[in-house]
Amino acid sequence: MKIQGSYLLAGLMFAASGWSIQAAEVHVAVAANFTAPMQKIAIEFQKDTGHKALLAFGATGKFYAQIKNGAPFAVLLAADDKTPAILESEGNAIPGSCFTYAIGTLVLWSAQSGMVDDQGAVLKKGEFQHLAIANPKTAPYGAAAIKILTQLGLLDTLQPKLVTGENISQTYQFIATGNAELGFVAMSQVMFDGKLTSGSAWIVPTNLHEPIRQDAVILAKGKDQPAAKALVDYLKGKKATAIIQSYGYMLP
Amino acid sequence: MLSAVDLAAIWLTIKLATITTAILLIVGTPIAWWLARTRSRFKGLIGAIVALPLVLPPTVLGFYLLITLGPHGPVGQFTQWLGIGLLPFTFAGLVVASVFYSLPFVVQPLQLAFEAIGPRPLEVAATLRAGPWNSFFTVVIPLAKPGFITAAILGFTHTIGEFGVVLMIGGNIPEKTRVVSVQIYDHVEALEYAEAHVLAGGLLLFSFLVLLALYSRKGTRVWQ
Repeated sequence: MKIQGSYLLAGLMFAASGWSIQAAEVHVAVAANFTAPMQKIAIEFQKDTGHKALLAFGATGKFYAQIKNGAPFAVLLAADDKTPAILESEGNAIPGSCFTYAIGTLVLWSAQSGMVDDQGAVLKKGEFQHLAIANPKTAPYGAAAIKILTQLGLLDTLQPKLVTGENISQTYQFIATGNAELGFVAMSQVMFDGKLTSGSAWIVPTNLHEPIRQDAVILAKGKDQPAAKALVDYLKGKKATAIIQSYGYMLP
Repeated sequence: MLSAVDLAAIWLTIKLATITTAILLIVGTPIAWWLARTRSRFKGLIGAIVALPLVLPPTVLGFYLLITLGPHGPVGQFTQWLGIGLLPFTFAGLVVASVFYSLPFVVQPLQLAFEAIGPRPLEVAATLRAGPWNSFFTVVIPLAKPGFITAAILGFTHTIGEFGVVLMIGGNIPEKTRVVSVQIYDHVEALEYAEAHVLAGGLLLFSFLVLLALYSRKGTRVWQ
């Protein structure tokens, strides 16, 4: 066993020395809804390429402000397709590097089973204290939630019950702790391999909200970083797209 | 210059800080008095608990408040049993959180003020047949007045400056839980820098003036 172990170690060291010629770190800003799949992808990415992706999770609007003010991110995985486009037009991103890496779906979710029916009628009944959404000003999933409520004609009646999380992760936290009975989160947060991981949910049909196209872009800071380009290529590859789909995202 | 939403946030913040300070002076005075006088072996323990918010990040406090005040937490079950529902996302919830958050800023100046008085004036009062309550109100409170002023000002300004805890349990509801610090954060996030500057600059000026007044008072040291 001991000999085997040392062989393994030597092999690893050899592999590591092989990488070290070009292995690098790449700072990535990741939309909060994409947290779980991206953590998995980053592990595979490091295994396969040797590059290390350093991930920061948050609201897309916040990342936009940070990037404009010199944040060291090389790649942005946004929660929408507008932010990367604006960054590109303002010269903060590499022209032509923008692509859709996932298409997100909004889910009305409750941590209690039986709370949310599969038609979303629970919204009309209004028998709850708090409905959690992400901040519509900064989080695309929050803006989409407002659109759905407007389409359903329920925005005015439910407005007093709205509580907003700073990003979609905090929104999930409000619901998961039971402080808000239900709320709009990303499908990727509550479903895996097509199954609900807990509670009850209504997958909002696409006629009520447009699919949320999530674009990635290489930022100006990532211009001369091969690892940034490698990550973007990796996201388009088989392994990454399989992970992305397993979390309920669609692909373009 | 200030929108209705900004004004609502300012008013809410002042209301929160005022109520919190009032509660803290009532709750904090006996705690500080006990800490200043006691020889109990629990003194260190209670003192450490009171001081915790000084060093804990607001995320820790906010996270545990969210869980304990929530429907599955002990406090949440108690408030539901009382029939007042749950505290997160309510103004009352913010008051509870702020009382914890600003506790050391009120208790510690009071404790130092009480300790500075020493046992002598109370012994003199006792020989003049003043009862404990009588001597507390006629001897201790006047002597500890600078401590009370410091405690009230620090408790008030610290509550105004609260952000992380409110963000975690407030839910950003206009006129209920959206205080000035959260409103500034929202403006900055939405790139409304002009609006952010008005509120942020105002808060900076306010905090500076209050501290200037506090530190410039003659003959008193801030922490006694």
